[in-house]
Amino acid sequence: MEARRAPRAVIDPKVRRVGFFAPPDRSRSGPPDPISFDISPTANSLSPVMIPPPRHSSESLSLHARPAATSPSGEESVTAGSYSSSSEFFPAPMSPAPSSYSSRTIADDGDFFDSGKVASSFPRGGFDLTAMKASSVPASELTTGAVVNADSLAIREREKADKGGGSAVEVKDQALNAKQKKEKTTKAERRALQEAQRAAKAAAKAEGNKASGTLASVNVKPARAAKLPQKVDNASVAASEKKGGDRPQEKDRKKDVPQPRMQYDDKSRVDKAKRRAVVKQTEAKNRVELFRHLPQYEHGSQLPDLEAKFFQLGPVHPAVYKVGLQYLSGDISGGNARCIAMLQAFQEAIKDYRVPTEKTLVRDLTAKLSSYVSFLIECRPLSISMGNAIRFLKSRIAKLPLTLSESESKTSLQSDVERFINEKIILANKVIVKHAITKIRDGDVLLTYGSSSAVEMILLHAHELGKQFRVVVVDSRPRLRGKLLLRRLVEKGLRCTYTHINAVSYIMNEVTRVFLGASSVLSNGTVYSGVGTACVAMVAHAFRVPVLVCCEAYKFHERVQHDSICSNELGNPDIISTVQSREDVNHLEAWANTENLQLLNLIYDATPSDYVSMIITDYGMVPPTSVPVIVREYSREHVWI
Amino acid sequence: MPDVQGLVNEFVNLLKKREIEGSQATAKQTAELLRSVISHQRVPHANQATALINAVRAVGEQIIDANPIELAVGNIVRRVLYIIREEHLSLVTDAMAGYGMSAASDEEDDVERDDYPALSAAAVAAAARRTLRPPSLHTLLEDVTDSAALTPIPSSAGDSEGKSRSVEKGEKGTRGRKLKHDVIEAVNELIQDITSFHEQIAEQAVEHIHQNEVILTLGSSKTVFEFLCAAKEKKRSFRVFVAEGAPRYQGHILAKELAARGLQTTVIADSATFAMISRVNMVIVGAHAVMANGGVIAPIGLHMVALAAHRHAVPFVVLAGSHKLCPLYPHNPQVLLNELRSPSELLDFGEFSDLMDSATGVGSLHVVNPAFDYVPPNLVSLFITDTGGHNPSYMYRLIADYYSADDLVMKQKPTTGN
Repeated sequence: MEARRAPRAVIDPKVRRVGFFAPPDRSRSGPPDPISFDISPTANSLSPVMIPPPRHSSESLSLHARPAATSPSGEESVTAGSYSSSSEFFPAPMSPAPSSYSSRTIADDGDFFDSGKVASSFPRGGFDLTAMKASSVPASELTTGAVVNADSLAIREREKADKGGGSAVEVKDQALNAKQKKEKTTKAERRALQEAQRAAKAAAKAEGNKASGTLASVNVKPARAAKLPQKVDNASVAASEKKGGDRPQEKDRKKDVPQPRMQYDDKSRVDKAKRRAVVKQTEAKNRVELFRHLPQYEHGSQLPDLEAKFFQLGPVHPAVYKVGLQYLSGDISGGNARCIAMLQAFQEAIKDYRVPTEKTLVRDLTAKLSSYVSFLIECRPLSISMGNAIRFLKSRIAKLPLTLSESESKTSLQSDVERFINEKIILANKVIVKHAITKIRDGDVLLTYGSSSAVEMILLHAHELGKQFRVVVVDSRPRLRGKLLLRRLVEKGLRCTYTHINAVSYIMNEVTRVFLGASSVLSNGTVYSGVGTACVAMVAHAFRVPVLVCCEAYKFHERVQHDSICSNELGNPDIISTVQSREDVNHLEAWANTENLQLLNLIYDATPSDYVSMIITDYGMVPPTSVPVIVREYSREHVWI
Repeated sequence: MPDVQGLVNEFVNLLKKREIEGSQATAKQTAELLRSVISHQRVPHANQATALINAVRAVGEQIIDANPIELAVGNIVRRVLYIIREEHLSLVTDAMAGYGMSAASDEEDDVERDDYPALSAAAVAAAARRTLRPPSLHTLLEDVTDSAALTPIPSSAGDSEGKSRSVEKGEKGTRGRKLKHDVIEAVNELIQDITSFHEQIAEQAVEHIHQNEVILTLGSSKTVFEFLCAAKEKKRSFRVFVAEGAPRYQGHILAKELAARGLQTTVIADSATFAMISRVNMVIVGAHAVMANGGVIAPIGLHMVALAAHRHAVPFVVLAGSHKLCPLYPHNPQVLLNELRSPSELLDFGEFSDLMDSATGVGSLHVVNPAFDYVPPNLVSLFITDTGGHNPSYMYRLIADYYSADDLVMKQKPTTGN
């Protein structure tokens, strides 16, 4: 297992760093330790430190869909290697339900947009993204002062003036890299130090925990489990030899480094991750062999457990806790809704945040944030859009000038988050609607699948404009989110046809356009979206019907993927066995007791780019081949908004 | 024959209410009904084949009309008609052979010879040729040709009349009883075939499934189940993905049964077929009917699966018993050979009733729940029937083995016999 991981970790950054990047400075790296390897791509490119294995194993609980891991520019490595001790708990007041949650954002139907409100408040005139951006400049101007940030700021100004200019890009990247290197030397040392401590601690812990034998580790083969402590010992010895020094013993830490997504078939790492988890998860009984690399846990058991813990003083801020519970219970679903809820919870947490003595805000807050994120991941794996938002927030924290006072920093961060929500999500949606509306003509029959907030806004707005069209809502088990969309559309007076995904070939004859939402668009043009989207796009392609994918640019990601297996999310398999409002279908009630029977509830699938005619995004309507361009332009820009 | 008519009416009712599920059950019951029709049909001494054909046709039209979507009914009616023709023909050729032999060997039997004025050696040869010649679209026009050519070949029910009468003159009804007996025998054989076609298809399973294969199927088909179990019994180990097949969710039943047989089974939602198909080696599905062009009328959702399989170059294998072979060529089968089922399978009754107030004029809602999909022949890799594996392009020829071209159109040729 280890052997398989190591090369990949080395290869990853090389593959991704295609653009204008300075070659990694490896001069500082000592002779590579034979047993240690580097799992963090960003650290690999920028910091030459070799991280011993135990670190990953103990760190890995939160690594599913970690966007930071794949950051090509390396901003993350500054922020994510967080060093604060988390011995102190978060000093936030324990108000169980922060009142600042507007109920609108957590609409029970899972869609954040109150569609009516959004549609009716839609500005008739054109709105200008650049105007909005310009207004946001003063706020970020606050950050001038620090030497390190000075040049990047200057570049930002240039970038604003000349967006997309190639020269600015290069200068900026070099500046960034230079900055990273400067910081890296000290960080590298300290990180190695921490590794040593953590390894030692993990070794000590491993002995204890092995004996207790959690229920979840039933599936672990004995041989494997027996090997584990030994390996940890080796690693810790190696690590401590390397560094020798020691720092005050730190208590349990909940943070993470950017690294490849957690692979759940790696048993030692899963075990480690489990020990640190807030959410007690037991592995599902009948796991699907093909998806061993993804987490497959029993569903339904965590929620009561976590709810009971709500009033206990925990390291997780109550606002975050609440959002986590809502993810877990499925009260919030949909990419935008989840992202906004998370950002607002973070806003809340930042508001209540106090920098502990002898800590700096940048490091401690990043660590806190990472612990929140890992908690949220335990509740439900992050969507790519959330990963992008977290990456944005962390880069904002990292870029905070040291001269700012604590309260100023907090205000700045909060306004950053606010602006992200407004600009990247809400405004982006409006721009998408404006673009998409031009593609709807009278007499059209529009097909949509599932429930996408962007598509819903498009349809409602087109209806408000008085266009004559018909909507086909295609739905699928097990989520049946199309029903909710159908209800909202019919309420607004649209003419709708409802059918299930198997009948999509039947209905496609009469359809003139297909509008789809997306969870993410990957840089090879693959549309990563709710499961079934690929089927609909494929059938539309076969019937020569244009497929228009509506996706905000903040959901784009530079990852590439060409199947739906390697990276996906598995939902609760029990939902497959029962059919909503069909009590007669109960053949699989006791499926978990049947040895050979597995149920698979995939959440996402990947639509090949050749099925997609056009992607409607806030930057305009582009072909799927242009996605990598936007990813590059965008990821550069979103560092500074 | 009030009892037969009663049976027919009962069957028609069942078909109309869609209470007979599955093409196998339908086919079997149709064959049994036709068997009783034939056995109760009083055969006149003259042109008994015509009488049988007419009787079967009359009943056939009724039961086909009762459920035109269930193509198995029409298939079986045509099969029975074909059986009658074949049996009749073989009787006639036997007689001819016997006559020809006797005529050649002993010339003294003049009386009998006079009784067959129309039947010359040429007629015998023509009859023999007809049995050998595969039915084709040309036979549709043969009535005209034959009458124009004035050849006394028994090429249709109408033409057989004269010959039958002449046969009867000689044999005094013994041959008539024999015909009926032979036909009933043959229909029994057909019923036997229908009940046992699973085994014949399943026998071929090991030739198509290899070790560690990953197979995807959608919904539930008894044929598929038997096929997979047969492979399992031959000690093959492989895994099966079962798409549940909304809105009937029969995939659940199939998965449960397969798991009980010890097969590694994974149930997936229908929407996940595209996601999973890249890891699948073969798609094996059942069919509702196989059309003459090699297209398949299949349970809903299979077109999607077939497209996904086509994209990933996964073989799409259709298992079909010969009673599912339909001699018709489909035209717009998505619509014309489809059936819309109750919306309550998708939406609860009354779930949207609060929005369905026509007075307020708010939006309208249609719920579409079709039962079948049409998979065009280019998406099908292989048909496995009880007679072996065939290409889609071969289906038209296979169909010619089972049906007489005269029976293709049931309605437009009202009983021309007499």
